[in-house]
Amino acid sequence: MRFVIEKRDNKSKAMAFAVPVVSFIVSLLLGAIVLAASKVNPFEAYGAMINGAFGTARRFQYTIVESIPLLMCGLGVGIAFRLKFWNIGAEGQYIWGAIGITWVMQFWKFLPVTMLLPVGLVVGMALGAVWAGVPGFLKAQWSVDETLTTLMLNYVAIGFAEYLYFNIWKAPLGNMGTPEFPQAAWLPSIWGKVHSGLYIALALVVILWFMLYKTRWGFELNMIGKNPKAARYQGVSIKRNIVLAMLISGAICGLAGSMNTAAIAHRLTKGVDGGYGFTGIIIAWMAGLNPFASIIVAVVMAALTTGAGQLQIAMKLPESMGAVLQGLVLIPLLAGSIFTEHKLKLIKKEAI
Amino acid sequence: MNDNTQQIPVVRMENITKHFPGVLANDNVSLELYPGQVLALLGENGAGKSTLMNMLVGLYRPDSGTIHVRGQLAEIHSPQDSMALGIGMIHQEFMLVGNMTVAENIVLGLKDLPLVPKIPEIRARITELSKRYGLQVDPDAVIHDLSVGEQQRVEILKLVYRGADILILDEPTAVLTPGESRDLNKILKKMLGEGKSAIFITHKMDEVIEFSHKVQVLRRGKTVNICDTKDVTPQDLANMMVGRDILFSLDRCPFNPGGVKLKVDHVVVENPSGPRPVLDDVSLEIHRGEIVGIAGVAGNGQQQLTEVITGLMRCNKGKVYIDGVDMTNTTPLNVIKAGVSHIPADRGAMGVVGDMSVGENLAMKKYRTNEISKGMVMKRSFMRSFADKLIKAFVIKTPTQDTSVKFLSGGNIQKTILAREIDSCGGILIAVYPSRGLDVGATEAVRQNIIAQRDRGNAVLLVSEELEELQMVADKIAVMFEGRIMGIRNVKETNTEELGMMMAGAVPTRRNA
Repeated sequence: MRFVIEKRDNKSKAMAFAVPVVSFIVSLLLGAIVLAASKVNPFEAYGAMINGAFGTARRFQYTIVESIPLLMCGLGVGIAFRLKFWNIGAEGQYIWGAIGITWVMQFWKFLPVTMLLPVGLVVGMALGAVWAGVPGFLKAQWSVDETLTTLMLNYVAIGFAEYLYFNIWKAPLGNMGTPEFPQAAWLPSIWGKVHSGLYIALALVVILWFMLYKTRWGFELNMIGKNPKAARYQGVSIKRNIVLAMLISGAICGLAGSMNTAAIAHRLTKGVDGGYGFTGIIIAWMAGLNPFASIIVAVVMAALTTGAGQLQIAMKLPESMGAVLQGLVLIPLLAGSIFTEHKLKLIKKEAI
Repeated sequence: MNDNTQQIPVVRMENITKHFPGVLANDNVSLELYPGQVLALLGENGAGKSTLMNMLVGLYRPDSGTIHVRGQLAEIHSPQDSMALGIGMIHQEFMLVGNMTVAENIVLGLKDLPLVPKIPEIRARITELSKRYGLQVDPDAVIHDLSVGEQQRVEILKLVYRGADILILDEPTAVLTPGESRDLNKILKKMLGEGKSAIFITHKMDEVIEFSHKVQVLRRGKTVNICDTKDVTPQDLANMMVGRDILFSLDRCPFNPGGVKLKVDHVVVENPSGPRPVLDDVSLEIHRGEIVGIAGVAGNGQQQLTEVITGLMRCNKGKVYIDGVDMTNTTPLNVIKAGVSHIPADRGAMGVVGDMSVGENLAMKKYRTNEISKGMVMKRSFMRSFADKLIKAFVIKTPTQDTSVKFLSGGNIQKTILAREIDSCGGILIAVYPSRGLDVGATEAVRQNIIAQRDRGNAVLLVSEELEELQMVADKIAVMFEGRIMGIRNVKETNTEELGMMMAGAVPTRRNA
C-alpha cells in the first residue's frame, strides 16, 4: 500500500471549504503545544479565550467591534490580491483614512456638525485610495515592485500620523492626540459597544461579492490575476485595472480607518497603527478572497485578540500569546491549500 | 528483423494501465523494444504516448502492469532509477540551464561529481563522445547561444555521458529544420550500431518511415497496431491513428476576393537591441474572402506582424487600416471591436487562462456582448448554454465545461481557442501556427474551419511554418525573411522551390510577370 498525491481535474469545492476548517483545528493543536510549553493547561487556556471573546454580552460586543476593521481591511486587500497585486499597505491606507476624518472633524468648521461624519468618511476613503493608488500607478506605468512600495508607504503613514498627533494637530491639553471629535459626529451605536459601521461592513461584503463574481469587471480581474498575457490579448487593459483595483482597495481600507476612528477613539492618537491592515492580509488569504468567508475569518481573528486579554487575566500569560496564536493559524492553512488542487490516493499494491 | 524475436527485449512493458482525473490515459498497453531497434510510438494528441514513456522514466507510476528491463522486473520510482537502468528521455521542452556552458549542463546533477569538478577531464570525455556519435557541440559554449538543434544534441550528450543505452525522444523533430532532422537520424543510426535502442514519440508519418524499424500505433490509450515499418504506408498509418480516412485535400469555394479589408502600410518596428528592425517596411493587403499565408522560418517577424495588427505591439512607423479606418497603435480592445479574431502562436501562455474553466475561456471574447452579459452583469446561465453550444459545434473533448482548461490536451486547448475566435470573428481572422503540434484529425479540423471563414467572406491571415499547409489552405503566400516581405505570390502561380528560395532570403527573378 502506498499513497500518491494526484492532481484533481477540478478545484474541489468541498476542499475549498474543508481546508480552512481543518487547518484551523490543526493550528489549535499547534497552539496547544505552545500553551503546554508555557506550563498551562491548553483546554483551560482555550476555555478562557472563548470566555474572553464571547463569555458576556459586553465581551461579545468587543469581539464584533474588533472584527469590523479586520473584515474591511481583509476585503480591501482581497481585491488587489485577485490581481496578484500584493498590496501589503493596508495599514498605511487605514491610517490615512483616520487622518482624513480627523482633518475634516478638526478643521472643516464651515460644515454643519451633522455633515462632519459623512464628509469625513468620504475624505478618509479618498486619502486611502490615493495612498494605494500611488503604488498601483507606479506598478502599472513602470513595473515598480508593489510589495516594496506598499510596505514602505506604511511606515511613512505611521510616521506622518505620529507627527500630526504629537505636534501640529495635538490638542492644547495633554501631550498626544488630537482634540476629541464633536459627539454629534461620532459613529452611532447600534448595540452597546457595537457601532453602525457593522452595517457598512456587511453591505460592503454583499456589494463586493456581486462585483467580483457577477460582473464583467470581476471576470476581467480574474483573468488578469490568472494570466495577464491572456487578459491583455482579450482586450482587457491591465494598467487601468491595476490602478482601479488599488484605488478601490485603498478606499475600503481608508474607510475602515476613518470609520473606526469615528466610532472608538474619536480622535487621532497613539494606537491608530493597530495592525488591522496586516491582519487583514491573513484574513483575505484564509477566506480564499471570498467576501462572505471573510466575515467568519474576521470574527475568529478578532476573537483570538479579545480572548487573549482573558488569557492574561485568568492564566497569567502575556497578551502577546494572542498574536502567537493568530500567526499559527496561517501555517497549516498554507500547507493545506495543496489539497484544493490535489488529492491523496491510496493504492493497494497488487500481487505480481 | 525476425531474429530480434529470439533476443530478450531490453524493455518490456506489460499490461500498463494509468488513470488521470477523468481520463484513462493508458489502457492495458504492452510494449517491447529490442536492442539496436528504433520503435516509433505513433498517435494523436492525447493518445497516451507521452504518459506511457513518462512511466518508463519514473515520472509517473502505473496504476497496474509491470515493466521489465533486460529481463529483470524493474521498479522505477524516479528519473534517477531509470537512469541507473540506462534509460534516458529527451523531453519536448529541453531541461537545460540557459546561462551555463554545455559541459556544466552535462555534468549538472551527477551524483558522483566531486566538489571541485575536473573540468579538463569532463571536456575530454564530452569531446570524445561527440566525435564518436557525430554530435558536434563546443563544450564551452553557453546554452542560450546555441540553436535549438544544438541544444538537442546537448540533451543527447547528457544522456550518453550518463551511460544511457535506451533513449526516449519525445517529438524530437518538432523543433528542428529539415537539415537538423537528417543529422539527428545519422546520430541515431550510429548509436544503434553500438547496440543502443530508441523509442520515438511522434505524430508525423514521414518520420516514422524514415527513422523507425517498428511502429506501434496508440489510439485513446490503447494499442491499435504493432507492425514492421517497411510493411506500411503513411496512409495506412494515418488511418490507424485516427481510425478513419483522412482528407488530404480540402473543399473550398472558388477564389473570389472582395474589397480590401485589412491593409498594412510600410510598417516598421525598430529593434533597440539588434542590428536590424524586427519589421522592416512591411506592406500587405488582405481582401474579403481571401486567405493570405505568411511563410518563413519562425522568428523572421511573422509573429510581430500579427501583434502590430492586433494592437499588442506598437510600431514605430507605418499604418494599419481596417476597412479603411486608421487603426495604427490602437488598443487591443479596439481591434477586437473592429471584428478581428486572433489565434495566437503561444496558446498556453496567451490563448487561454489555464486556471479558468473551459466555459469561461470560451466566453472570453463574447462576455462583453448581450449573448453573455446584460449591461455590466454576466449571466451565468447564458454563458453555460453558449459554452455548451461551442463545445458541441467544435467537438471539444472535455469532461465538463467546468473543467479547468489546463487539464485538456493540447489539441483540445487549441480547439477551445479556435471555437472562441471563429465564433466571434467579425471580418478578419489572424491565425498564427494554428496547427502546430496538433495531430492529423485536429489539424484537418483547424484548416477546414479557416477555409470556412474565407468562404464566408472574411479576410484571413495565416502564419505557418509548413509550406505544404500554406499551399493547401492559402490563396496567396507572402514570404518573410529578416523582418521583410520577400515577395507575395498567388498559390497557383508559384512552387515550393521559388518559395523556399525566398524563405532563405533570395529574391528570385520572376518569370515574365
